[in-house]
Amino acid sequence: MPVETMIAPEVRARYEVVIGLEVHVQLLTQSKIFCACSTRFGAPPNSNTCPVCLGLPGALPVLNRDAVTMAIKAALGLNCTVNPYSRFARKNYFYPDLPKGYQISQYDQPLAEHGWLEIELDGVRKQIGVTRVHLEEDAGKSLHEGFADSDRVSYIDLNRSGVPLIEIVSEPDLRSPEESYAYLTELKTIMLYLEVSDCNMEEGSLRCDANVSVRPRGAEKFGTKTEVKNVNSFRFIQRALAYEIDRQIEIVEDGGHVQQETRLWDSREQRTYAMRTKEHAHDYRYFPEPDLPPLVVPDAWLEEVRRSLPELPQAKEDRFIREYRLPKQDAALLVTSRAQADYFEEVAKLCGEPKSAANWILNDLPFALDQHGKTFSKDTVPAANLAELVTEVVKGTITGKIGKDVLSEMVGNGTSALEVIAAKGLAQISDPEKIAQTAREIVAANPKQVEQYRSGKTATLGWFVGQVMKATRGQANAQVVQEVLKRELGGS
Amino acid sequence: MALTEKEVRYVAELAHLKLTDAEVQHFMPQLDSILEYIAKLNELNLQGIDPMAQVLAEGPPGFALRRDAARPMFTPEVALANAPDPGPGLFKVPRVIDKE
Repeated sequence: MPVETMIAPEVRARYEVVIGLEVHVQLLTQSKIFCACSTRFGAPPNSNTCPVCLGLPGALPVLNRDAVTMAIKAALGLNCTVNPYSRFARKNYFYPDLPKGYQISQYDQPLAEHGWLEIELDGVRKQIGVTRVHLEEDAGKSLHEGFADSDRVSYIDLNRSGVPLIEIVSEPDLRSPEESYAYLTELKTIMLYLEVSDCNMEEGSLRCDANVSVRPRGAEKFGTKTEVKNVNSFRFIQRALAYEIDRQIEIVEDGGHVQQETRLWDSREQRTYAMRTKEHAHDYRYFPEPDLPPLVVPDAWLEEVRRSLPELPQAKEDRFIREYRLPKQDAALLVTSRAQADYFEEVAKLCGEPKSAANWILNDLPFALDQHGKTFSKDTVPAANLAELVTEVVKGTITGKIGKDVLSEMVGNGTSALEVIAAKGLAQISDPEKIAQTAREIVAANPKQVEQYRSGKTATLGWFVGQVMKATRGQANAQVVQEVLKRELGGS
Repeated sequence: MALTEKEVRYVAELAHLKLTDAEVQHFMPQLDSILEYIAKLNELNLQGIDPMAQVLAEGPPGFALRRDAARPMFTPEVALANAPDPGPGLFKVPRVIDKE
């Protein structure tokens, strides 16, 4: 999406952009990372709390095994090396939504490191390094607005305190807002494939902070970076980065220095602004968490998780191209969701027509779903039903055009293709005798056009075909119609 | 004395403590003597010994891990029972964020 900017393109071309992303992903566990409180979103404020996540004196954390399993899964999906031995650390700072005065996170010995994921932009693939994946607990939620006394006070809901997160830190390998967008999209798709998070940005289960700086092209040293926070959609991150890049270039062009700071995105004003908090000391004094033993991941555990990994989107895309001879564009679109990709495979196998199946799934099905205000699910039109429809169209029982109407009917009523075709008498008419009968009637009723055709204006044939199709409600086989008409009109 | 006044003021700030000048002078030697005592450990020869992350012994696989199962614990009323200034089901604190 082109972003409105204030910097001339030739000026911008003199700078190189360096972006690194920190993504927090909420793991799909039932309970919190260090206590048995529920992670359910939308519960009444402070109802999912206990002494551990409220930070009451004497309460001790116990690590959730399944949170670790999911984190390992995510790490493997991002091609990381999982450390057999990692540990937790306390990150100390004061903020009202952090009841213990520290966050339990991982620091010098994270769960996993040295990974990468591949993005694709304009047909070019590029590897983006993943520095680390570590486990940590979420803080509570601060409510700064919306209360009568919000000018003086903030309100705190600690339901989110202790919810399991993984932090995924990228290398500063991203060179544009567009690459950042592609990275986030790929990351999200992988997490969804792995079923470790619902990645719902509105509910905060995926959050992204961006570190961004600019430097004159060719310079070795990174420029001073700013951190952009509080952005709640990938499109907004792309825009916030574009804005921030131009803001920094402008400062440098004017001979100034970029201030290292945290900036927030204001989607209404479409700009970033410096965040001012009353907590300004940034010295987290990390030290090993004394309340938790080191996290040991034996080979057996790692292998068990490795075996449970599904095929990931890029591998699936490559396989679809290879195995089903799909055009790249179709394969790429099909794998954007695992459910859709699986659905495609089922339909393709049942009907033996992968290319047609892809077309129906990518074009006609979304259209039909939209007509009925529905969204994709494998049960709306069972794969067997769609396969049947594809088969009937390929066989020529119905025309492609009628097939679309049949599909709409199938989506609306949950009926099968053959049921709809039979019930509505939609089967294609290919019998020349039946078509000839209609053709003769139309020829007889339109002497003027017949005259035109016979005097050499053969293009009039198209008009006759249209008339026959109309009379048969589109059910006639267009090829047979042409042949029959030629015979009927052929200057007998 | 190894500890500087600047360090004392910095640590106090991190801990959200407001110290008077007299208090800084009062605590400085006390903190210093604690550090001096701990520094004795530096006299040990630790060559070839890995730092420990934690004093608990390592247990069998799965040691100190829990199964992912949720159970209810506090009601909001109980959660807020110790709050000095409970709001409507929420903890109420001085406003912490300002726009530029």
